[in-house]
Amino acid sequence: MNEHVKPPRTLPRFSATFDPYTLSEIRRAAATGIYDIRGAGAKRKLPHFDDLLFLGASISRYPLEGYREKCETGVVLGTRFAKKPIELKIPITIAGMSFGSLSAQAKEALGRGATIAGTSTTTGDGGMTPEEREHSKTLVYQVLPSRYGLNPDDLRRADAIEVVVGQGAKPGGGGMLLGQKIGPRVAKMRTLPEGIDQRSACRHPDWTGPDDLEIKIEELREITDWEKPIYVKVGASRPYYDTALAVKAGADVVVLDGMQGGTAATQEVFIEHVGLPTLAALPLAVQALQDLGMHRKVQLIISGGIRSGADVAKALALGADAVAIGTAALVALGDNDPALEEEYAKLGTTAGAYDDWHEGRDPAGITTQDEALAARLDPVLGGRRLANYLAVMTLEAQTIARACGKSHLHNLEPEDLVALTVEAAAMARVPLAGTNWVPGRN
Amino acid sequence: MTAMVEPAVFDLATTPLRELNRTLHALRPDTNMRHWRVINPAGRHAIACGLDAPITVEIEGHAGYYCAGHNKQATVIVHGNAGVGVAENMMSGFVHVKGDASQSAGASAHGGLLLIEGNAAARCGISLKGADIIVKGSVGHMSAFMAQAGTLIVFGDAGEALGDSIYEARLFVRGSVASLGADCIAKEMRDEHRALLAGKLEAAGLAGEVDISEFTRYGSARRLYNFHIDNAGAY
Repeated sequence: MNEHVKPPRTLPRFSATFDPYTLSEIRRAAATGIYDIRGAGAKRKLPHFDDLLFLGASISRYPLEGYREKCETGVVLGTRFAKKPIELKIPITIAGMSFGSLSAQAKEALGRGATIAGTSTTTGDGGMTPEEREHSKTLVYQVLPSRYGLNPDDLRRADAIEVVVGQGAKPGGGGMLLGQKIGPRVAKMRTLPEGIDQRSACRHPDWTGPDDLEIKIEELREITDWEKPIYVKVGASRPYYDTALAVKAGADVVVLDGMQGGTAATQEVFIEHVGLPTLAALPLAVQALQDLGMHRKVQLIISGGIRSGADVAKALALGADAVAIGTAALVALGDNDPALEEEYAKLGTTAGAYDDWHEGRDPAGITTQDEALAARLDPVLGGRRLANYLAVMTLEAQTIARACGKSHLHNLEPEDLVALTVEAAAMARVPLAGTNWVPGRN
Repeated sequence: MTAMVEPAVFDLATTPLRELNRTLHALRPDTNMRHWRVINPAGRHAIACGLDAPITVEIEGHAGYYCAGHNKQATVIVHGNAGVGVAENMMSGFVHVKGDASQSAGASAHGGLLLIEGNAAARCGISLKGADIIVKGSVGHMSAFMAQAGTLIVFGDAGEALGDSIYEARLFVRGSVASLGADCIAKEMRDEHRALLAGKLEAAGLAGEVDISEFTRYGSARRLYNFHIDNAGAY
């Protein structure tokens, strides 16, 4: 035996438990003494709409001609009590994102894009800016625990009102906007000192629980003379009961946000470890509406990780009336664009992974209050890009719906779906592909 | 000179609340129907909310939740007690509760004056954003929680955790304070603060009712404005 020959060695092996990301987080925590804060939604692998497939037409189901026969996409929101329900051309809305977390240019671009596409956009924690009102044909006005910028004039200027109980990225958590982004205009709108770390309330100041919420909704209706649809937005945690309680409280529309839904700034541990995936949450909310006989009477908007027309079609097939997009809309505006790779590298990240939205140094000019950075975003061009993206999503959803023989996106149904995994089958309550098995049901 | 017009009377025992609020919302700024009386309120919620005209509404009895919520310009007088969230998110005007007020009185109010003759329960002035609140009795726990701007003046005592996580609101309490919340501290009463307090009381028609020297001023220590790990125990 040759003693100079080294024995074979195994390859360096990383732990699945202590993976490189986990190790880096431990080192970061040890060095700083503070939890990690970031934007965006859950990044971990979760059961999602990708785990579902449409069956398409067959001998027993005939399809519609792709380029000839109509497949409607319109949706009316707020038909329960509001004198003036909202009529949208497409069932894809823009989720609430604040001026403060986003630049004024980004808010304007969202309004422009939504308006071209015939859909709504939504204010956020911090109030309504004149730019977004001017450029948004249909604007939903959020009433949040912080009540920053809340006023009766904007309630009346809005087309709908959304009482925010929670969001998917952090059910049970309040807003967060760090000092770098509390510039003069944001501070004035929020009645806060400039440059402080704003940690807003997680509970509303004047109501707790479903009985109070019912009275709060009545007050908002009285203030606005029962004209506006009233939405209630919840983060996905107990969607069956939250949906039922929102209906009981008098909501016209329930907005349910899964844990893939984005945030401007939240603790990483909160984003990744609290809440339900969108796929798991949606059927529970639909079930609640059906049990109450209110499905399609109280409309359901689902959000959290909606990226494509396929996601839209799957969400509607499972019983949603519409979807909302946030992160995807920002990407359409230019967020995380590889063209900015050099600048992302300077920030210690890379295009596609940039999520330090709370730091306000977004090279795309979207999640920033820095005037020079924000000026990079052309609201007209951004709006056009968003409108294009919304058009593509709609065409994709129509393509699938026609293949399933549906003349309206709302005619899609769970029967059109199968699941690729046991988990997704159990959550979506549709059969595992190639079987008749719906886990938990038969 | 505008001719005096008899108060219009709304009887909530026979007229729906919707009719009252719709009528009041339809009033124009130059209306001569400036004086309204609401009888038999019976604790109804959302009475006279969302007003935006220089009128006076007198409620002859107890009001439920959110009375005079989001008020602008109007004077609303409750000849009784008020439920949760009286004058919540008020922008301007004057709301006067002759009895006691429940929780969250004046929550997030941006402007105007809320005067409570009796006591106010928990969370009085929570998220206050610029209004003035005067409570002639005492206030409950967590009052002025996260109060951002405006003034809370209490003739009596304050419950636990006064001014927790307070920003730039100004608090004046004449009696005892059970405890102060995170980042809220007692502050020196200088001449400017005595003048401020005197001015607020005079504007409310209360000049001379109390001895200003008996008040203690409270406000933010501003230690928690920017998060630092060494302060984590304070939250």
